[in-house]
Amino acid sequence: MYDVIIIGAGPAGISAGLYTKRANLKVLIIYKEKSGLEKANLIENYYGFEKGITGAELYQTGIKQAKHLGIDIKKEEVINVQIKENGEYKIITENQSYDSKTVIFATGNKKNVPKIKGIKEFEGKGVSYCAVCDGFFYKNKDISVLGNGKYAISETNELINIAKSITILTNGEKAPEIRADNVKIDTRKVREVRGENKIQEIEFEDNSKIKTDGLFIALGIAGSSEFAKKLGIMTNKDKIIVNENMETNIPGIYAAGDCTGGLLQVSKAVYEGAKAGLQAIKYLRKQ
Amino acid sequence: MSVFKFEEGNFEKEVLESNEVVLVDFYADWCGPCKMMSPVIDEIANELLGKVKVGKVNVDNNQELAIKYDVMSIPTMIIFKNGMPVKSFVGITSKEAILKELNH
Repeated sequence: MYDVIIIGAGPAGISAGLYTKRANLKVLIIYKEKSGLEKANLIENYYGFEKGITGAELYQTGIKQAKHLGIDIKKEEVINVQIKENGEYKIITENQSYDSKTVIFATGNKKNVPKIKGIKEFEGKGVSYCAVCDGFFYKNKDISVLGNGKYAISETNELINIAKSITILTNGEKAPEIRADNVKIDTRKVREVRGENKIQEIEFEDNSKIKTDGLFIALGIAGSSEFAKKLGIMTNKDKIIVNENMETNIPGIYAAGDCTGGLLQVSKAVYEGAKAGLQAIKYLRKQ
Repeated sequence: MSVFKFEEGNFEKEVLESNEVVLVDFYADWCGPCKMMSPVIDEIANELLGKVKVGKVNVDNNQELAIKYDVMSIPTMIIFKNGMPVKSFVGITSKEAILKELNH
């Protein structure tokens, strides 16, 4: 059981880790993807570096600093975050699961919205971002899952015993490993989703079509906006809404850095990570 | 209690034939985001008491209603005026966004 689990190892995540670890809490940082920071060529507007520093170096140094302080760091893909009956949290990764009293999202600015015509229009009308929330509406129906990674497999597994058939649409990417009687894989590129009032068919770039009653979006590695939808965290344009203490609408869940919107700057991420960490400390001491 | 429980049996009378504007929250007990939405709905009901009728539909027990109003994702909140659905919100939504539409 951890006191704090931080998802993301960029400046916001590491900063939250440093503050919580120094308060003697049991802290785990889980990350998988490359941080946006690594792409920054040379950072010349951040305090303390005479000749600037590359994003990659600052990022790697941050992870080393956290390890040096004794913070547990795991490089694993988080595929689900759940609220337990007792109000604690379960973080499920590709390999195992971890329990924690608090969670800090520091997952960056990544967007997993596919550029496919019709997706936005049919959100809530057959296009869903949460298998566990919406699977109920697709009992014995023919549905599709868009994606090809571990997250897509996890979402498909949620739906296997509900839907009549599931077609995994990889949209030109390679087929994932999954075997079930009612699951098939289609690797063609998707052009458009169509329907009247609700989604009815998917058209591929080769002009052929398939009928579908629903489309679950599960592209790439799930980030803050996917977990927000599953947990019920308030968002605005896919950015997590936080107050000045980095608290979300769910007690014990915080967000910091690029995933809360605003300035996409190291200084802002470091501040928010510190604030989220301090707030988590306060929350845990009250319990 | 200012939040109504709407069901297939009373939906016509309480929602469709209502003279008031009605806010309906479609939810289920097993739905995590619905639990986060629930206190927001309660607050709206208290703030707009006497102006807007607010109620909840459990989709597990009222599947026909969910199908009728094309609810395929929960929580979904629908505003009814004069028996017609005029605006819907899919997924957890801020109180401000719903109030803005109700005060419109």
